[in-house]
Amino acid sequence: MKKSIQFVVLAVILSVAASAQTINQIKLKDLQKLLTTKSDRVQVINFWATWCAPCVKEIPLFEKLRSDNSNVDITLVSMDFDLDPDPAKVERFVTRKALKNKVVILAETDPNSWIDKIDKSWSGALPATLIINTQTGKRKLIQKELHEGDLEKLITEVSN
Amino acid sequence: MKKLVVVFFALIAVAASPVRDGLDVGDTAIDFKLKNVDGKTVSLADYKDAKGYIVIFDCNTCPYSKAYNQRIIDLNTKYAAKGVPVIAINANDPATSSGDSFEEMVRIAKQKGYKFPYLVDETQEIAKAYGATNTPHVFVLSKDLKVAYIGAIDDNSRKADAVTKRYVEDAVDALLQGKAAPTTKTKAIGCGIKWKSA
Repeated sequence: MKKSIQFVVLAVILSVAASAQTINQIKLKDLQKLLTTKSDRVQVINFWATWCAPCVKEIPLFEKLRSDNSNVDITLVSMDFDLDPDPAKVERFVTRKALKNKVVILAETDPNSWIDKIDKSWSGALPATLIINTQTGKRKLIQKELHEGDLEKLITEVSN
Repeated sequence: MKKLVVVFFALIAVAASPVRDGLDVGDTAIDFKLKNVDGKTVSLADYKDAKGYIVIFDCNTCPYSKAYNQRIIDLNTKYAAKGVPVIAINANDPATSSGDSFEEMVRIAKQKGYKFPYLVDETQEIAKAYGATNTPHVFVLSKDLKVAYIGAIDDNSRKADAVTKRYVEDAVDALLQGKAAPTTKTKAIGCGIKWKSA
C-alpha cells in the first residue's frame, strides 16, 4: 500500500515536471534583442505579472493566438521580479495554468532606468503589450487589458 | 497680408503641436472638488497655508500601493508639518476592481490611520486631467499648482530600506528651498489605473 502511494506521488511529480516549461530569467539586453532582431514573424510581447488581475485575465487570448496563428512569436514577459525576485510564484503560475507560450522573467531592478528603453511611450503600468514588425520597425504598444479580437487587429495593422 | 500669413503659420503650429494627455513638469495643474473618506469635499484651495502638495493617485488593492503604504504615510508625517501635505486620490473603477470601492477606501483609511485626505475620483476626470496612469503615481505641485515632479516615490518598490533615490522627498525639499527638483520625471512598474469601459 505504502509503495503504491509512493508511486502515485512520484508519478504526479514527474507529470508536473514534464508539463512545466523552464522559465529563463532574462536581462534588458536580451529583451532588446527580441524587440529588434529581424524576423519574418510578428513579435507579440506581453508584459504581465502574477499579481496583476487584468493581466491574468487576458493571458488566455495569447494562448489562443498561439494555436490560431503560427506566423507570430509570442513572449510573455513576467515583471514580477521588481516586487518579488523569487521565481517560484511565476513558475507555479505557469504550471498551474499549463501555459504553452514562452514565459520569461525580466530580472532587472530600478525600472526607471530601463522602461524608456523598452518603449518611450510606456508608463510602466501593467498590463502592456508590444506588437512589432521587426522587418519594417512598425510597432504598437497597448497599455490596457486586451479583449477578444484586439490582438488579431493589431497584428494586421503592423503587418501592412 | 503679412498678418494673415502670420496667423496662418500660427494655426499650423497649433495644429502640428502634439496632442498631450495630462500634465507635464512646469504645467499648471487644475484644482478639484472630490469626496473624502469622511464624506466631506476636499479641494487644494482649502489648504490656505500650503507651500505645496504631494498629490498621489493610489488605490486599495494594487500590490505596489500596499508596498508603498507606509512610505506614503511617512511622507505626510514628514511634510504636512512643513506645509506640503499628501493628498491621495483613488480613481479606480470599482465595477472592474471591487476592492477599490468607496466603502473599502473608508475602511483602509481608518485601519491605517490616514492623517491625510483619501479622495474618490468617481468620474476619473481628475486622473485623466493629470495624466495619471499607475498606482501609486505622484505629482508634486507648488502652492500655485505648478508641477514640479511626476513619477515614482523612490527607486525601490520592494524594499524601503534599500532605496537609494528618494525622488519625491528630493522634489519637496527643493520646492521648500525655492529650487527646481533634481529629478523631475521618473517611471515605475505599477498597476494600471482601472479605467471605466467606454
